[in-house]
Amino acid sequence: MRFSMLPQVFVQMFKKPFTNKFPAKYTPSSTTKFVEKIQNGTVTIHPPVPIPEHFRGKIRYDKDKCIGCKLCIKVCPSEAIEFKEEEKKIKIFLARCTFCSQCNDICPVSCLSMSDDFLLADTDKYSKNLIVE
Amino acid sequence: MSQTIKTTFQLPIGPIHPALKEPVAFEFEIDGEQIIDVNVTLGHVHRAIEWAARKRNPIQVLYLAERICGICSYCHPMAFALAVERIADVEVPEHAQFLRVIHAEIERMCSHILWAGVAAHEIGFDSVLFLTWEIREKLLDLTEYLVGNRVTKAITMIGGVRRDITPEMYPKIKETLQYLKDSFEKLRRVYLEDKTFKMRTKGCGILTKEEALKLVAAGPTTRASGVKKDVRVDQSYFAYCDLDIDYMTPDILTGEVNGDVYDRIIVRLLEVKQSISLIEQCLEQMPPGPIVSEPKIAKLLAKLKKVDGEGIGRMEAPRGEVFHYVKLNANEYIYAWKVRAPTYNNIMPWIPMLKNQQIADIPIVAASTDPCMSCTNRIIMIEDKKTFILGKEELHQRSIQKTRRLHL
Repeated sequence: MRFSMLPQVFVQMFKKPFTNKFPAKYTPSSTTKFVEKIQNGTVTIHPPVPIPEHFRGKIRYDKDKCIGCKLCIKVCPSEAIEFKEEEKKIKIFLARCTFCSQCNDICPVSCLSMSDDFLLADTDKYSKNLIVE
Repeated sequence: MSQTIKTTFQLPIGPIHPALKEPVAFEFEIDGEQIIDVNVTLGHVHRAIEWAARKRNPIQVLYLAERICGICSYCHPMAFALAVERIADVEVPEHAQFLRVIHAEIERMCSHILWAGVAAHEIGFDSVLFLTWEIREKLLDLTEYLVGNRVTKAITMIGGVRRDITPEMYPKIKETLQYLKDSFEKLRRVYLEDKTFKMRTKGCGILTKEEALKLVAAGPTTRASGVKKDVRVDQSYFAYCDLDIDYMTPDILTGEVNGDVYDRIIVRLLEVKQSISLIEQCLEQMPPGPIVSEPKIAKLLAKLKKVDGEGIGRMEAPRGEVFHYVKLNANEYIYAWKVRAPTYNNIMPWIPMLKNQQIADIPIVAASTDPCMSCTNRIIMIEDKKTFILGKEELHQRSIQKTRRLHL
């Protein structure tokens, strides 16, 4: 066909959008008010896309289980883990973390695991939300 | 009376230019619309990755290698793992060999479909760009389902892979493959039969077989010129020797080899089809077994600490052959690491491809080799705030000088 993309373009015009929908259809004039409305239940939003089963998100750390063997520090590719000498526990800086979950694999007592929390944007890289200890 | 002297113009493009996705500098010599000569300068995105690796152990380097390039986030760590496995005599279980093929082929399809979209964008056919990226999105969803993330897979481990593909995952893989097969026909019709594509790509950016052999082009670029070269067939690794695989050259479809941009599109589309069949074969033939030879990583690290020697890892990346050289010297950290990405080979063929072409053809011809600058930039010399390139003679002289220095 001379222009074989043309029928495809016409088909596309009547198809639903392929992309995932934004939570709101139109930009709200005030985001904070909009969030309040969602919490009150007066407005419904498009539900978020489900997270896959083995997603690697923010690290969970079970402090009581940790034996302070330092193996995770040895394999961390981005040197995101710091060892606290007095306590013999670790401190993970998520601003440096590459979410490879290698520390989860090597941990002999399985005190580390990956959660599905991916909303980690912050203006301060040392904020409380970005440090796991 | 003086005679009129006709001169050519110099047209510099880059290092930073809106038409370029990554920094690379071109110096064109043009006469009107026609390109007379071209010179390419590299080395604008050097990140000292190989140096950084010298302060890391082999397991940490796997993730560093993954970050050489976003699209090749699987073949770089895998080639590194192949090199380390060769040094340490690590045998990979058969099940893991098949899993490695599946991930490699998914990456190849992602890369080729992405490239097809970029090529369409370069000739100003943006509706095709959105069509191809819609198809690629399904592949990224599959990647996320299998390995946990869309781009940085973190699946490589020395002696195997980190995550298994269980029979419960087969339906999702098969469903995506079926979707790809259905979309493939759509893609084939758009790319190979559309008049716009034919007009812009046929007879454009020709690389002859002789030039391809002389300049050691790699991957789909060289196969489109009729050179039968593919590491998967030539020096089989993983489980490719058990699978039905052959060189993909454009004459399979059209019966002739021109070596132009159109042929490069054909080769990449044929390879997408080949990848689908390879994954299907893997799912059928995959034997059960362990996914990694040494599940205890601490033990593996202790073993690698004692190893002394050097090795190479070769692998067919989506863009061509990727080559890793690793040297370990019975130390915790690796001693030396050298990466040669396929784009390095595919830079020089730009010169014969671009000569006698028009300025408007520069983007599509340059994009037709699927260049990746962040893969390529490995060495730059800076002295007194000036960059310079070392030629063969000077390198030889420096080598002699160093030997003499060491003898003193």
